[in-house]
Amino acid sequence: MATIAQAIRMALHTGEEKLGVKDIFGEDVGPPLGGVFTCTQGLKTTWNAPLDERGIVGMAIGLAMAGNRPVAEIQFVDYIFNTIDLLKIAGNTHWCTAGDIEVPLVIMTPVGSGIHGSIYHSHSFDAIATHMPGWKVVLPSTPKDVYGMLISSIKDPNPVMFMYPKALIRIQGEEKIPGEPEDPKELSRMIDAPVGDRSQWKPLWPTISDFEIPIGKAKITNDGTQLTVITYGRHVPICTKIAKELSLEGFSIEVIDLRTLLPWDKEAVFESVQKTGRVLVVNEDTEVTNFGEHIIRSIIDQCFYHLTCAPKLLAGVNTPGIGLAQVLEMEQVPQEKHIKLAILELLQTDA
Amino acid sequence: MPKTKAKTKASLSPFELAKSRGFQALKVYHNMVKARVLEERLIKMSKSEDGYFWIGGPGEEAFNTNLGYLIHKGHGLDYDYMHFHYRQSATLLALGMPMIDAIRQMNTKVTDPFSKGRNFVNHFVKNEWNVMPVTSPIETQYSIAPGTAWAQKKHGGKGITIVTGGDAGTAEGDFATCLNFSSRPDMELPILIIVTNNKFGISTPFEQVHGDRVIAKRADAFGIQWDCVDGNDTVASYNALFEAMEYVRFSRRPFCLEAHVSRLHGHSSSSGAARIQSETDCLEKFESFLESELLVEKNELQAIKAKYEEEALLALKQVREEPYPDPSTIFDYTYAGEM
Repeated sequence: MATIAQAIRMALHTGEEKLGVKDIFGEDVGPPLGGVFTCTQGLKTTWNAPLDERGIVGMAIGLAMAGNRPVAEIQFVDYIFNTIDLLKIAGNTHWCTAGDIEVPLVIMTPVGSGIHGSIYHSHSFDAIATHMPGWKVVLPSTPKDVYGMLISSIKDPNPVMFMYPKALIRIQGEEKIPGEPEDPKELSRMIDAPVGDRSQWKPLWPTISDFEIPIGKAKITNDGTQLTVITYGRHVPICTKIAKELSLEGFSIEVIDLRTLLPWDKEAVFESVQKTGRVLVVNEDTEVTNFGEHIIRSIIDQCFYHLTCAPKLLAGVNTPGIGLAQVLEMEQVPQEKHIKLAILELLQTDA
Repeated sequence: MPKTKAKTKASLSPFELAKSRGFQALKVYHNMVKARVLEERLIKMSKSEDGYFWIGGPGEEAFNTNLGYLIHKGHGLDYDYMHFHYRQSATLLALGMPMIDAIRQMNTKVTDPFSKGRNFVNHFVKNEWNVMPVTSPIETQYSIAPGTAWAQKKHGGKGITIVTGGDAGTAEGDFATCLNFSSRPDMELPILIIVTNNKFGISTPFEQVHGDRVIAKRADAFGIQWDCVDGNDTVASYNALFEAMEYVRFSRRPFCLEAHVSRLHGHSSSSGAARIQSETDCLEKFESFLESELLVEKNELQAIKAKYEEEALLALKQVREEPYPDPSTIFDYTYAGEM
């Protein structure tokens, strides 16, 4: 099965071939590296930008205003913060101009912890990204979803913040992307650049359709009736694993991979909460003014009389950064043991 | 490097040279007066119940009118893209904007064609003419403009991108971004980078907070040709703009042009917007020139101004009767396409 890095590459190739993408750019995005996570290897329209995030985002906005469909990368979301006012412009242009100007661009950027990234390679951006109406904000967790949602993002007439969990970039998916070879080694031989001299190398792209996974639709990764876990990004596989393990002990836990943060799938969340009555939201952004707080507030507004106990948010601790030492990161970002404990506590809370 | 002076017939005066390049003195004068009258009307509106905040371009009419007349107007990559700041009313009028549209925006009416009552006055946009949105941040246009220029470079043709900003905005990194993105080897952009230098950022003198004295000279470090011009000199402005735009249009390379202009009513209504008598008035200067060239007489000048004053007043009366936006529309246009 493909990895997220390979899925991004294949989606961008489809973008180049079928969706009018003419520019994929950012720091180290073009040859010879093809991205620090290899997400842009072997593509036709990649180029290396100056190490200037404002220039990268500004270039994308200008290209989009000129009718292009640019895909720009911010190498780590930790370095997107100096572009905030440009991001706001991308998000407010259609509203401010009463529909005169569209800004169809994609900014893709890896987020979160999990690679011993320390203070400036571990940031989350959920809360800030979702404070910019006019943007669509997605954070898929599997290679198949990454492929389908990147296709949807490229086709969308709005600016799309395409975040992906850096902790999962090299994890092979459990679902095949339609058209990818059966053998992951074969896919690697086809589209992974060789180590060393790549000047003569060209990828051999598998034939994959431009199938879409719609923006704004969540996915249930485990059905259940006793508690709803709402999560996204790197915590999806962890929460799903816990739910499956606890099912062996007789617990029935529904796990929702939100996949899109703006606009998020309220229908799927409310339907599940009205069924289970218990809610745990899990993410790794810092806990104060966390996006999960908005989800919980919405649940209280819409599902209050269905709740059997107070909803809970399990998020990153409210510290200025993630510490490098393993023992620090393990206590700053929700881990399997924290999530399992929170689930069991909620299940045991009296109505 | 400073601009290489074009070879011209030595016998031609700047005015003769401008005329040979299409400069129409009376047409330019009309637009300058119209822009001045419009801005004065907008200032009055800001001091009454007809509007809130005012910011605009009185003092820049000479330079900005010429810019408007030299632009290749149209939609798409074959025409010129504009990334302006909020002192560009004379340019929009020269492009063909009706005076009443700016008054509609000032009066926050739903008939405001630029934002339906959502944005400040002089925050223009018109996709049909490649006028990209004016925004209140004073620097972001310098980062965005290379995007349209790169699209034009790839497309070919003769369309160029024009970006304008003030001297204070060049303190932001976006100005350096623009110079760098425009001058990368083999990716040079067809972009005219303009700085209208009025010597102030709100109340802070440029020279108090900048070490450099010639802003356009920064382009030198990037191998970009540059020039400076007296923006209060209508004829000189036309010639400088003509040469800069021809260079960008045909070489497909960037050019940086700094125009020294006046700020006749201060930064905005926040500083009172009273007329500053010590600043040179490009309009009066051009009137003297026209009279000296026997192109127009004093009474004609007065009649021209009266005509535009009447147009502005009639426009205001009409706009006052037009509807405000319906509050139920606040979510409209948050997203393009279907949600």
